[in-house]
Order: sequence, then structure tokens, then C-alpha cells
Amino acid sequence: MTDAPHSHEPILTIDGLHKSFGPVNAVDHVSLEIRKNEFFALLGPSGCGKTTLLRMLAGFETPTGGRILLEGNDISTLPPEKRPLNLMFQSYALFPHMTVAKNLAYGLEMDRLPKAEIARRVEEIMAVTDLGQFAGRKPDQLSGGQKQRVALARALVKRPKVLLLDEPLGALDKKLRERMQLELKRLQHEVGITFIIVTHDQEEALVMADRMAILKDGKLLQCGSPEDVYETPADRFVANFIGVMNFIEGVVGSDGIFNADGLKLATGTEIRGAATLAVRPENIMVTAAGAGGAGKIVDMAYHGLDRVLHVKIAASETPLQVRVPANAAVPHTVGDTIHIAIDPDRTRLFKN
Amino acid sequence: MRMANSSRLPGRLVLLAVFGFLYLPIAVLVALSFNEAGLPTSWSGFSFKWYAALAGNGEILGAAWNTLVVAVFATLISTALGTLLALGMETRRRKSTGLEALAFAPMVIPDIVLAVALLTFFSLLNVTLGLHTIIISHVIFDLAFVSSVVRARLKHFDYSIVEASRDLGASGWTTFWRVTFPVLLPAIIAGGLLAFTLSVDEFIIAFFTAGAGRSSITLPIQIYSMIRFGITPEINALATIVMGVSALALLISQWLNKEQMQ
Repeated sequence: MTDAPHSHEPILTIDGLHKSFGPVNAVDHVSLEIRKNEFFALLGPSGCGKTTLLRMLAGFETPTGGRILLEGNDISTLPPEKRPLNLMFQSYALFPHMTVAKNLAYGLEMDRLPKAEIARRVEEIMAVTDLGQFAGRKPDQLSGGQKQRVALARALVKRPKVLLLDEPLGALDKKLRERMQLELKRLQHEVGITFIIVTHDQEEALVMADRMAILKDGKLLQCGSPEDVYETPADRFVANFIGVMNFIEGVVGSDGIFNADGLKLATGTEIRGAATLAVRPENIMVTAAGAGGAGKIVDMAYHGLDRVLHVKIAASETPLQVRVPANAAVPHTVGDTIHIAIDPDRTRLFKN
Repeated sequence: MRMANSSRLPGRLVLLAVFGFLYLPIAVLVALSFNEAGLPTSWSGFSFKWYAALAGNGEILGAAWNTLVVAVFATLISTALGTLLALGMETRRRKSTGLEALAFAPMVIPDIVLAVALLTFFSLLNVTLGLHTIIISHVIFDLAFVSSVVRARLKHFDYSIVEASRDLGASGWTTFWRVTFPVLLPAIIAGGLLAFTLSVDEFIIAFFTAGAGRSSITLPIQIYSMIRFGITPEINALATIVMGVSALALLISQWLNKEQMQ
């Protein structure tokens, strides 16, 4: 966990925000509170409205309804240049006719700061983002990773109250992206600015965010810490979207026991009737013969640290994914019949 | 490689013939403008004397001045309006092909039709003909060329830099002058130079809309009137200068266009 003291005081309040393009609701009455100094992720599949939401915060889209409050003040109707928020664009949007240093100074010049102050702050941000040696270069003389750092520095140098990042790592290759995820998090600590990042990559959100909101079809499905969302997903969509999840269809009897073909689980749920059991691959144990449901290994994938077994059981159409340590004592091969056990406390039940 | 070379020979000959056909007359004209004797039949030595004669010819200098006035004003006005037209058409939310066709019509309408139409229009409004009517007429067809050059650049324009500028605290006005305009500038200059070239050697429209009197005679009209009494070495010299100026403007314009596409 992060060691920075997170006040729970909200800096940005999104209140019933709504945006429709014709008959389509791009953002459908979303309410969120973003806290001071937190790293907040807006997560969802493409077309879920996360970018529209971000653009409304930046001031590039006018909400159809609802309010945006920054430290209690309604900023919904302010033009982008009057909002103390800055956006880091997905395409970086660097000014091609200006050097790196000029790009960085631009926002400060707009604030009419004294020349010496501008020079000092540009110098400072270039040191933080490791851009000093590129000060005199034009954007087309920079690599993708360098452009990305300039875009970030240009938004940060204005010391906005909130920094908005639109898929900031989307254009980078996997290795660089993983490094930049940690780099962004470090930077966010260092500058003490609230970050709101838009991403479609659930892994990225889990790694970076203090809290995240999952959107689908413009609606807010769940908002919480990565642990909350991973361990207790609000619905089937979230459960499926975040990480890997196995789903088993079954029925909950009046005694609260989940029943599927060959599988009985006392979950202590309030749900009765047809339901879906959701369980993570790491929460299914391979046990000694006879201790749980039986299944046949139909496929196996080696991931270095662990092995994922695809186990066909009677209760589920699709094979269950079971994660076992790669150095497991009992070696498994495809075709083996194994026995599995599910810890009922580590499952979620969704009413069908 | 050798095989390929020999099989390409007929193609090269055709290419050579085409370029010869295009440029030989021009080369002859340029050469004759430096001919001491002034007769197209014999070469009697290199001389600048026809250029010197030009410099002493008041009529020609007057026409050259008129051409410059027309070209400069037509270029400035059409470049400003053409850029705005391009911006307006490219940033419109709803694209209209009808509007586009209308904006580009002066490019495809035959000059003679445009010339007659403009003359009729001016006389209908009782406008006295002169340099100002030539300028207005040139603006009309230059406009289409300038806006098409600027629009080509706008097709590759990354509009997110405009949003980035606003996001960093710049007003719409500041954004235009500090971001949009500098990025478009090479295309605007290229369009302007093209307009200048077109205006300098435009004959038909100028001829129709110049009106009577020496005060509004441009170089192409002057050359046309001189040529009726035979081609003199002076005309060769004049044509060489006009061509040189046009070619230079065109080269700069193309170079700017290429530069910004990279």
C-alpha cells in the first residue's frame, strides 16, 4: 500500500454527470468522488464512455446534465483554459513547431508568469522527468517514450489541481509500458497531484490506481480499491473484466447451499434460486482424490511462476482455470483426472 | 541490369523528346534574349543589351509595376481569405460537397468564361475598370488555389494540438496565432506563392477587366501588344525575366510543400 497519507476529503465531485449524443448515452448519470492526492483510474472497454467523461472534466465536451465540482466550486460551464486541470493527451499533442523547452514553457506563459520563474520551473520539471538533454529538440526528433515524457511534463509543469491522463501508455511497447506504470506512480507521489487516468487495460489500473471506477455503456458499475474490485466484484461484468474468473451456473437451495452438477458449496448467501458462482483460478485447490469435485485436465499453460490448468468438470460447460505453482509436488499432465476444492469464502455469487 | 537498360532505351528516347518539345522553345527564347545582334537567325555574341533596353523602356517598366501591384495585392488578399476559407471548410462539423464544389469552381471554369462574367458583372454595377478590378478578379481565382493548398495541409493537421493549447490556458485567439497559424504557415506561404505566380502571368482575365488606357496595362497585356509588331529581342528578355520570377516562386512553393509533408 502507499505510504502517503490519503485524506478522504474529495477534491473533485462528479455529480450525476450525463452526456448524450443524440439517442446514445455516452455517459449515463455518473456520480463519483475523487479524493485529494489519489491515483484514480477510469476503467472500461472501448466505447464505455470513459474518454467522454474525461473530456467533460477537461472542458472539451459540454455535459448534457449534472455537475462537476472542483473543491466545491462548479466548473461544469468553464472553458478548458479556465479550469485548473490539465490533460495529457493520448496522442501527446506536442506542438511540432516548438522545442521541448518551448512546449513546456507554453502553459506557464499563458499564466503570465515572470520569465525567470518560467525558466526555473521548466528546468525543474525537465530534471524530474529526465528530459534535460532534449530541451532544444523538436518533437519529431524524439522517440515515443521521450514524447510521452514531454507530454506528461507539459501538463505537470502547470501544477494543476488534478492531472487527467488519457490512455497515457497506450502507444508504448509492453516493456516500456510496465516501467512507465511504476514511473508514473512514483511521479504522482513526488508531485502530490491528484491523477485521473483513463485506461482499458485492467492490469494497468490494478497496478497503478489507489481506487478505480469501472464503466460500461456509460454507466458506473463499481468504484473501489483494486483489492475491493478484484475480490468483491459488484456484478458478473466486473468479475469477468478484472483478472481471470471462472463462472459456474447452478441453483441455490432454500438452505443457502449452491448446487451444480457434482458440486455442492455452503456459501451462506442470501440469494435463492438460479445463480452464478464466480471463483478466481488461484482460489481453486487441487486436492487429494475424493476430497472434492472431479475433473479432467484438458489443457495446460506454463506461466513461469505458475501453471494454469484447464479442468473440465461436469458442472461447467467451459473448463475451469486452476492456478497451481509451477513447482507443484504432484506433476499434472493433460488427460489426468484430478480433484478440486473451492473455498466458499473466496467466491462470489450473482443472481441470474 | 544491362538488359534492363537497353530495353528501357525507347522509353528514354520518348522522355527526351517530350522534354525537348517542352523546353527547347523556352531555351531558344532565353538564349536569344542574350543575343547581341537581335536577329533570331544568327548568334553574334553574348550581351545584356536587350535587358538594358528594357530598363530604359518606360512603357514596359510601367506595365511591370502594374503587374507587381496587382500580384502583391491579389496575393495578400487571396492568401488571407483562402486560408480562412480552408479553415472554415475543414473545421465545419457537417461537410458539404456542394460548398466545396462552389469554392473550387474558379479553378475549373475556363478563364475566358470567368473573364466575360466578371466584365459583365463590373459593368452591371457601373464599376470603373482599372487595376482594382484586375486585383478583384485575380483574388477570385487565386482564392480557390490558396484554399486547396491550405486544405491539403489541414487534412493531416492534428487538431489535438489546438485542444492542448486551450487546456494549457490559451484562449481561442492566442491558440490560433501561436499554434494553428505557425503550423499552417508553410502551406499558407506555398499557397501565396502559387497565387503570386498565377497572377503575374495571367492574361485573359486581366485583358478583359483592365479597361482602356495605359494606366492599367500589365506585363502580359504589354507583351501581347508588342508582339503584334513582331517578336523583338526585348520581348525575349522580358519573357525570360517573367519566367524566372514565376519559376522561382513555384520552386519555393513546392519546396515548402514538400518540407511540411515530412
